[in-house]
Amino acid sequence: MKGPLRIVVVYPDLLGTYGDGGNGLVLARRAERRGIRTELIETTSDDPLPVADLYTLGGGEDGPQVQATQSLAGDGRLARAVDDGAAVLAVCAGYQIVGTTFPTADGSAVDGIGLLDVATVKGEGRRAVGEIVVDAEVPGVGALTGFENHGGVTTLGPGVRALGRVRVGVGNGDRTDGAWSGRVVGTYLHGPALARNPALADRLLSWATGQDELAPLDDWREQALRTERFDAALGRRWARRRRRGR
Amino acid sequence: MTARTRAAVFATASLNALSRRLGLGGGTVAGGRLGLAIAPNLLEVLGSGRTTAVVSGTNGKTTTTRLLAAALEEKGSPVLTNATGSNMPAGHVAALAGGPGDATAVLEVDEGYVPTIVRALDPAVVVLLNLSRDQLDRSNEVRMVATRWRHALAEAAGTVVANADDPLVVFGAQSAPSVVWVAGGIRWRSDASGCPACGGRIRFSERAWSCDCGFARPTPDVEVDEDPDATTTAVFADGRRLGVVLSIPGSFNRRNAVLAAVGAEVLGVPADRALAAMGRIEGVAGRFSLHTVGGVPTRLLLAKNPAGWEELLALVAPGTSPVVVAINARIADGRDPSWLWDVAFERLAGRPVVATGERSADLSVRLDYAGVQHERVADPVAAVALASRLGDSGDPDPVEFIGNYTAFHDLLRATAPS
Repeated sequence: MKGPLRIVVVYPDLLGTYGDGGNGLVLARRAERRGIRTELIETTSDDPLPVADLYTLGGGEDGPQVQATQSLAGDGRLARAVDDGAAVLAVCAGYQIVGTTFPTADGSAVDGIGLLDVATVKGEGRRAVGEIVVDAEVPGVGALTGFENHGGVTTLGPGVRALGRVRVGVGNGDRTDGAWSGRVVGTYLHGPALARNPALADRLLSWATGQDELAPLDDWREQALRTERFDAALGRRWARRRRRGR
Repeated sequence: MTARTRAAVFATASLNALSRRLGLGGGTVAGGRLGLAIAPNLLEVLGSGRTTAVVSGTNGKTTTTRLLAAALEEKGSPVLTNATGSNMPAGHVAALAGGPGDATAVLEVDEGYVPTIVRALDPAVVVLLNLSRDQLDRSNEVRMVATRWRHALAEAAGTVVANADDPLVVFGAQSAPSVVWVAGGIRWRSDASGCPACGGRIRFSERAWSCDCGFARPTPDVEVDEDPDATTTAVFADGRRLGVVLSIPGSFNRRNAVLAAVGAEVLGVPADRALAAMGRIEGVAGRFSLHTVGGVPTRLLLAKNPAGWEELLALVAPGTSPVVVAINARIADGRDPSWLWDVAFERLAGRPVVATGERSADLSVRLDYAGVQHERVADPVAAVALASRLGDSGDPDPVEFIGNYTAFHDLLRATAPS
């Protein structure tokens, strides 16, 4: 890799409803802690997207979600960067944007930018709001913990795999969550999802840097948080079993 | 009043008195719920023939309500208010049932209930402070709240006193037949960049904002000048310049006080007298005032969302004293503390910092990535003690305790005013 690792937080002015900027920060700090020179850039929707190794897209309300999609489609650089091997993490509204279609507030369909072969429609029932636990199928990532808050139901096309199976929560709506293809990951784990899931952060960093083996970090704070969230989401029986297993 | 509403008022007041006597709490919500169950139109009945002012916004409404009540007490007659922060209809019923039928009322109103309360009480003054993200897991998107304000206020007979610096407030208020615009300030702009009128982009500059669609900051009727030495002056359209000197700290409180003073003037208390009365308020529901926590002098501060934190960091960051941050995520706080990543905790780096509260594990990860060295202690009182030990013993300043909603109230219950 020539030059520093470049991480771009895409349109925080439109896609930043839930502390989503945290994902870029987690990625940048974890790279720096391994001595990787890193450049973290927040690019608003006024500006062209810079060429980068890794992009993060956050959540947003309905109007800004459509605006962000139009800006990304008009800009065209994100799709080209993915073709050139860049990695992408898209959460919540961002996940819907990188799919092929998603609904607006009134239920009409908008074309996504098509980085992932997933289609989202408006769900019939209540919004999915709460803790979510997913067993990720991306190698080395393991169980994911997060919080979801969305009203979409997402169907995976043949071109993608689910990010993982849902143990607690709703996710895509068919007991899976998210989608994954090449180096593009989408998920309903919203906001600063990587803060709770350092293994997923490191998988993205591996893709972005081309380094298969990243030096291990002391993640005791993250591990304490994960244990607490798994206990809360999976309930008492799981917590007892975990303690006995120790 | 019909026999039914008289019974409802009696039931409200009795149950509240009983619950206070039994020590079951502030005794504001249970009685109000009972009264509304007996007479669903109780709010309208209690509001009729009464002068009412309401205060709403995401942040600062409890304090501003207290300030406005203090100003209106200058008229020399009793003022009814929901001082405990029970800001939904049951709390309003309780506040109104607890005093004379013709007493002036100053009510703090949850953002989502502004339409209900405006229609039920026909307030003479509606003070609107700000709108930003808060408890996204259970509340509507903030733009939706502004839109509902806009519909309800289009028919408001009273005077709306609104913050001209907050585009969402302006969108919500500008439909009202009578609006006084005040330069109330906005430090947190991340929820305001999407134009509520057209969906386009709002661009901010010094003392102005606008969108290409024409939606723009109204010219304030009352400007607020802040000097670098922290003196604040309200500048009225008629040329009056009034100093804003409060006992409670913070630029946000001084600006909110100007909105309250304008509201007080609408109700007959001159703004200068209103500001003087507000200046004597030293703490509001425990906030901003000095307490002793396990023997340690501590200033208690409440911040429950990124905009509130932005204001408090401006207040706290210049100091050097130890800081305790307490975060819970109960229903009243919002179950999702993702917003911690929207707070610029980086500004606390170099200070002694202790993380506490039920979600201190989330906070601890956030602080770590912010480069803030800190300790983590589960018990908030123990956290204050540790922070005090970590601090410079020569530092005369109290420990700053900043909690979100339930974390703040938990500590408040465990302390004595000093």
